Amino acid sequence: MATLTPPAPTQTPPREARSYPVGHEPIHNYLREPRPADDVRGVARAWAWVKSWALSVDHKRIGIMYLVAVAAFFSLGGLLALGIRTELFSVNGPDGAGAIMSADTYNRVFTMHGLVMVFLFIIPSIPATMGNFLLPIMVGAKDVAFPRLNLLSLYIYIGGASLALVALALTGGVDTGWTFYTPYSKETGTAVIWMAMGAFVMGFSSILTGLNFIVTIHKMRAPGMTWNRMPLFLWSIYATSIVQVLATPVIGITLVLLTLERTLGIGIFDPALGGDPVLFQHFFWFYSHPAVYIMILPAFGVISELMGTFSRQRVYGYRAVALSSVAIALLGFLVWGHHMFTSGQSPVSSVVFSLITFLIGIPSGIKVFNWVWTMYKGSVWLKTPMLYALTFLFLFTIGGVTGIMVGALSVDIHLHDTYFVVAHFHYVMMGGTVMAFLGGIHYWWPKMTGRLYNETLGKVSALLVFLGFNMTFFIQFIMGSQGMPRRYYDYPDMPWLEPLHRASTIGSYVLGLGLLVVLVNGLLSLRKKGAKLAPGNPWGGATLEWTHTTSPPDHHNFHHTPLVTHGPYDYEVLFRTSGDSAGTGAPIPNVEVGAPQEMDQQIDDGTSQPDSALDM
Amino acid sequence: MMQADTTAAATPGRTEFFTDGASLWLPPQSSTTAHEIDALFYFILYASIILSLIVAGAMIYFLVKYRRRSHADRPVDVHESKLLEVSWITLPTILVLIVFFWGFQSYVATSIAPSNAITINVKGQKWAWSFEYQNGIQGFSEIWVPVGTPVRLEMTSQDVLHSFFVPEFRIKHDVLPNRYTYVWFEAPEEGTYQVLCTEYCGTAHSNMGAKIHVVSRAEYFTIIQNGPLNGGPVAPAVLGEQLYTQRNCNTCHSVDGSAGVGPSWLGLWNAPRPGSEQGVADEAYITQSILYPQAYFVPGYENVNMPSYDGALNEEQLAGLSAYIRLLNGAATAADTTLAASADSTQTVNAQPPEGGMGDPGVPVADPVAPGEREAVREDETLVPGERR
Repeated sequence: MATLTPPAPTQTPPREARSYPVGHEPIHNYLREPRPADDVRGVARAWAWVKSWALSVDHKRIGIMYLVAVAAFFSLGGLLALGIRTELFSVNGPDGAGAIMSADTYNRVFTMHGLVMVFLFIIPSIPATMGNFLLPIMVGAKDVAFPRLNLLSLYIYIGGASLALVALALTGGVDTGWTFYTPYSKETGTAVIWMAMGAFVMGFSSILTGLNFIVTIHKMRAPGMTWNRMPLFLWSIYATSIVQVLATPVIGITLVLLTLERTLGIGIFDPALGGDPVLFQHFFWFYSHPAVYIMILPAFGVISELMGTFSRQRVYGYRAVALSSVAIALLGFLVWGHHMFTSGQSPVSSVVFSLITFLIGIPSGIKVFNWVWTMYKGSVWLKTPMLYALTFLFLFTIGGVTGIMVGALSVDIHLHDTYFVVAHFHYVMMGGTVMAFLGGIHYWWPKMTGRLYNETLGKVSALLVFLGFNMTFFIQFIMGSQGMPRRYYDYPDMPWLEPLHRASTIGSYVLGLGLLVVLVNGLLSLRKKGAKLAPGNPWGGATLEWTHTTSPPDHHNFHHTPLVTHGPYDYEVLFRTSGDSAGTGAPIPNVEVGAPQEMDQQIDDGTSQPDSALDM
Repeated sequence: MMQADTTAAATPGRTEFFTDGASLWLPPQSSTTAHEIDALFYFILYASIILSLIVAGAMIYFLVKYRRRSHADRPVDVHESKLLEVSWITLPTILVLIVFFWGFQSYVATSIAPSNAITINVKGQKWAWSFEYQNGIQGFSEIWVPVGTPVRLEMTSQDVLHSFFVPEFRIKHDVLPNRYTYVWFEAPEEGTYQVLCTEYCGTAHSNMGAKIHVVSRAEYFTIIQNGPLNGGPVAPAVLGEQLYTQRNCNTCHSVDGSAGVGPSWLGLWNAPRPGSEQGVADEAYITQSILYPQAYFVPGYENVNMPSYDGALNEEQLAGLSAYIRLLNGAATAADTTLAASADSTQTVNAQPPEGGMGDPGVPVADPVAPGEREAVREDETLVPGERR
């Protein structure tokens, strides 16, 4: 043939090849199905719609319901935090002039901030939302091992949260600090029992979720999904689940004992009855230190996913990162005493706890180095989730090195119970877990909702959060090492700290604004008209939720069980193959050489039918 | 006779962020052990800054150098380097072990009190600190210690957990109701230092401060012989006014009618108290409310848990508080504002140890009184019981 025809476009396969199996087009996503029958109208339809969510055992719907709940509680806890910072803006004048709340109100506010953030937000944050939504998809299963138990976990969590809200309604909250230290928690007049029972009940939700995840990971991995091909998110959720199952019963027992102490006076913690308040601290921290790892380990998983995908590079030291999660989970049970260096525990045990505390710092350090090195010779795509991931790396490093500071025996004597400790755990919990949570939410938002958020707003929010966070909490390191004790309503003995308090308060407003932008951005992306629909794999991820399902996923996740043939971060494979084992899944994003593809640009990968997810 | 107030006024303690000896990070070193802690603090601080800069620098460098130029970037496969991985496991391990041993060593060096330390008993209660020398002389929210002498504080709590913290001395320890704990310090220079409570203890946690006055040995001996507040006998209402701040009544009760944690003292005298034994707020009612606060709750304050002062105040002091409340409400009698005729010059308001006062916990300590002054102290002590009513 002499006639030259233009070469067929190699980048875009013909449309027919990319079509979806009948009944598995993106329009049949979990947000739309199951749904009320078309002939049901009016109130009956609304009721049927509510039931289709409230009684759903679909792990994705349960994950979304958790997301709504934890977002609400995060907002509540954040508003309480703004109340704390506003009160501390100035030193109160004589007789409380200039105070926006009384000392008793303040004590309730900081206690409820801690309790809401710890028990209602941060413990369920990543495992219950992203874990629920993604874990079955990532292992290549239709659902978790026990879907009904999963729904029960949600309702137990809501039940426990309701008890906490009753405590809030009865006496305006509890004023013991989130640590419930005896004997104060025995004699205070606030609704300690309601709150303790709330935390007790929520513990069951945590245990059941952990059990569900462990069984799912062990028994329901898709063919080819070996332990060494599991995404690091799964490894970290697995490690978290172990801690949840083993540690949570201890806090349950402790809170029951506290309740019995208050009601029956059993005399286990109350010194007036021969009990020992330090025993309570041992019990409490035996759970609550591992709980710190319940909070941070899932964040490690999210960061591993983000660093891999946005560097388009295998996560460096996969095995080291995976196994260090498990090492942290196990060592985490042996360090609780570092909360009690000044509490009156034996100095010998303080020394042992200090040593183990330093040992547990090493795996965390290894992870940070591996994540940073993942970018080496990669292709770093600076999108909003990556901005949050880098923010995490920076803030978590500071949180980690200040952990070394407070882990050193003699230095902790000076720093214990000051703002230095407050700043340290906010750098770890907020700078760590919350940054990973926000990064993860941005990363998986297209998968969860089928919508693309506004990238500019996303970057603005990341910047505001970064600046606001550092302004709020870095200053608190200095205040703390200068001697500002935590849980102070006012600082009449240290008026010279006022300028620092003011800066910290202003920083908290910036931080609040940044988080508000995140919320607005998310809600905007859900609007009916003009929203951008997400392609199946907008970031070029290589894990199953990106390569083998649509956005949002099908009600049953996959058309048929995926066959896993490569590791979770083998991005090279994406360039050569696409789709599921039958070659018919969602293709990878259409990539045009030479033109960097902005996310705001509509990506034609065959998944963006105009009516997709419009009527959810 | 020495006036307590003049001592306090002479050295007001820290007033500014940048004071002599303070750095950006740490308050001045005002004890002989502070440098041990500070050295490790700065070692970790600088190591941390270097480490954070390395991480941040690598991040930014990689971010710029390996930024995605095209959507079709196909990065080269990076093979894991054993050397790199082993090095970033070993180096931090060595570093944290250094920090551990250093922290351990300085912990031992700073926490064991020298055997020649003088002992002062400390009691924490909601929301005030009280101090008691070995000879029974007490100080409330203020304590005087000699310069250049190791001082060991034996601490216990009357109610909930507290924590005794002096930033300038780098000392801190929780104060527990069921055991004695101790901290010690030796201040090389005279001055006034702020004590803070760092274990959350309820409503007025943030007001639970005290002052440590480091004074010359001569001044110290005068105080432990005569009591810190010996300004001569005072009228009952004046005594009440002093106690109002010394015993931290002011953290909960205002005297200007504004609402506090507890009812204001303005308007209290003869106010109706329906349901109480007395029916009105008379002297018997006030005394009972101080000693047994749970006996009657003023409407609106049912959830307030005022600590009992039973054993912490003597009759004279209780009468003084009532007199002060009468004075505030314009109902003072002539006796409230004039000196009692029987009061003699050696009477001290604080010399009487409380019932069930804290004894010596059994640790042998050096005599805080200079040998030459012992006779005077004994005389002073023998006088006290004779004055008991």
